[in-house]
Amino acid sequence: MADLTASGFSACPACDAAPLAQRLADRADHADGTLILSLPSAHCATCITDVETALVAHPGVRSARVNLTLRRVTVDAPGLSADDLIPVLAGVGYEAHELDPDALSATTADRQGRDLLMRIGVSGFAMMNIMILSVAVWSGAEAATRDLFHWISGAIALPTVFFAGQPFFRSAWSALRVGRLGMDVPISLALVLASAISVYETMNSGHHAYFDGVTMLCFFLLIGRYLDHRTRAIARSAAAELTALEVPRATLLIDGAEQVVPIASLRLGDLIRIRPGARVPADGEIVEGRSEIDRALLTGETLPVLAVPGQMLSAGEVNLTGPLTLRVTAAGRDSSLARLTALVEAAESARGRYTSLAERVAKAYSPSVHVMALTSFAGWMWATGDLRLAVNIAAAVLIVTCPCALGLAVPAVATAASGRLFRRGLLIKDGTALERLAEVDTVVFDKTGTLTMGRPVLVSADPLTPVLRPVARALAEASAHPLSRALAEALADQPVADLTDVTEHPGFGVSARWQGRMVRLGRADWLGVGEDDGTLPTSATWLAVEGQAPVRLDFTDELRPGAADCVAMLRKARLRVVLISGDRQAAVADLAARLGIGDFHAGVDPRGKEAMVADLAVRGARVLMVGDGLNDTAALARAHASISPASALDAARVASDMVLTGNDLAPVADAVETARRATRRIRENFAISIAYNIVAVPLAVAGMVTPLIAALAMSLSSITVTLNALRLRDRKE
Amino acid sequence: MEILSILIPVSLGLGAAGLVAFIWALRSRQFEDPKGDAERILSDKWDDRPRPD
Repeated sequence: MADLTASGFSACPACDAAPLAQRLADRADHADGTLILSLPSAHCATCITDVETALVAHPGVRSARVNLTLRRVTVDAPGLSADDLIPVLAGVGYEAHELDPDALSATTADRQGRDLLMRIGVSGFAMMNIMILSVAVWSGAEAATRDLFHWISGAIALPTVFFAGQPFFRSAWSALRVGRLGMDVPISLALVLASAISVYETMNSGHHAYFDGVTMLCFFLLIGRYLDHRTRAIARSAAAELTALEVPRATLLIDGAEQVVPIASLRLGDLIRIRPGARVPADGEIVEGRSEIDRALLTGETLPVLAVPGQMLSAGEVNLTGPLTLRVTAAGRDSSLARLTALVEAAESARGRYTSLAERVAKAYSPSVHVMALTSFAGWMWATGDLRLAVNIAAAVLIVTCPCALGLAVPAVATAASGRLFRRGLLIKDGTALERLAEVDTVVFDKTGTLTMGRPVLVSADPLTPVLRPVARALAEASAHPLSRALAEALADQPVADLTDVTEHPGFGVSARWQGRMVRLGRADWLGVGEDDGTLPTSATWLAVEGQAPVRLDFTDELRPGAADCVAMLRKARLRVVLISGDRQAAVADLAARLGIGDFHAGVDPRGKEAMVADLAVRGARVLMVGDGLNDTAALARAHASISPASALDAARVASDMVLTGNDLAPVADAVETARRATRRIRENFAISIAYNIVAVPLAVAGMVTPLIAALAMSLSSITVTLNALRLRDRKE
Repeated sequence: MEILSILIPVSLGLGAAGLVAFIWALRSRQFEDPKGDAERILSDKWDDRPRPD
């Protein structure tokens, strides 16, 4: 985990995800009993009590503590796994997801944060104490008193600058070493030069010492730095949270004996066993067994596909009903998963070139500050020949132009905006995601699993006569097939009929005997009613009672909550909405009509999706991609900004900038709106700080800036900028 | 002006006390879950008897 958190975001998230998941798989064997679960819906005191009480009451749990700020619960339960506890929380009404404790203890990020807070505390203390002394100097302390106050201020300020200024000195040094001028070079220069000239002035009983300004500079800049760090740490832990809980293991068959091995160790020609409900770990050919295959995450198809010996399967598909034996035909680099990873890699590098507003401002800012300070130094030197005066003025220019407000302008807004989005159920994983999201003018949705839940629901139980309903329920309960489960759920209020000889025929359906007659529930071709009509938008299963005509049961994919609102809001905000899916034309058209999306494309493969997104970008559109499947991964990485739901496949979540924490899709529309407002605030903040500079710099160059004016300009601009950023927080619409 | 020789150390001492308190709070992880702590105080779970620990 360490290398992912340390290097931030890599060019190829999917490449990281695989070994990461691998490590998770290894770790699971020697877990120390501490589990961390995320609780996206926790928000109040009652939630804390409910969750903690429910968990502690569960046998085996030693203690549980909710962290409401991070919406997590830490559980000390040796011997239990997250799978034991998630149902407990679901029982008291809380959605929970497993998180990786190793990744989240995030010791380095944690220590950095506390380190920054400590420096803020020290510089705050120094600033206030020096300010008390400075007030006396400003209001006219003379001679020996002024010198005494300056000495005391210096005694406090110098160690403070040495301690609190370290983050700036360090990053300025590393910037200089590679020959660049970052924001931190002028900051460090200002700190050092102003401290030095103040010491010199104090020794010579001068009138002006900038000890107050120097500590204040540290204080405000550190606050900006801390906010920035916190937003990033949250983003990083969000990314870590979301990586890979799909443990990459396969059941290898060696001479008929089963052995669980990591996927990475699979070789061509290995035989692997895939249980019903398991994900296919590698590409291969079926050698034994019959089943049905759910391809939704790979292609977006909602209809399960029949799987028979001789058929090829791709990694990522889900085996539904019967056990299968697979001969591996491609593993590692050659597998379809790895090919998709390569697509993502190519797409990512296209997006990596984005420069944020802050970077653009910094690029213009730091050379101009140096030029200004140097010019005023040279100018005064030439005009008066007084070195002491010239250095004093150069120091004043550096202090006044120092980017307190600039350093706060972006972090304050980013913190306010991401906090707001987090409360609405959206995690931001990438630093520039908000800005990119604000520029979006086209939204591309995936269908299965994004606009829909990817879970079938029975359209209506009407085709079934009341007599048949208990039979249907009993048959449906005999299978784990998604359509059976949906049917059983829909008929949950019915009594269960007495059946005998219940047998599941993998890949076909379930048969049983009821009142001496044969009853079957399953695929159309198995029941002899011909192929399913592929032009209908629904999936279907059939119920046949011996001697009666088979009954067709229609299932539709349930809309994700908030999907309709989300699409409506996006259209209201005059964004173009496009639906691209790998599913059948009929199903996609039906959904598009229900949501009022005119622009839709069906039957598109992963490469096609990426190409369509790229094509939109070429034609000048800024695309927000919302998708969840492996087939969306490349498109997610290619798009200008991307969002995936929490239920998405790990690779998709890694490839996207933002992740929805709940089931609801509505935060997507809200996010676009918030991002636009945030970017507007950032621009306003830059304007404010530039306005302050426009007033203060000529005064400084003219030699009229006293430490009092410098302190006023610095604190006023910082406070205005922060207040402006805070306007983003939960304004009532 | 002699009063300064008392007042300045006193003010510095008070400030330092505040700084030490802050560092202590930071070290004892009191800034880990500000929102949770704000809500926990409203819970009536331990109103009748003290928390056993």
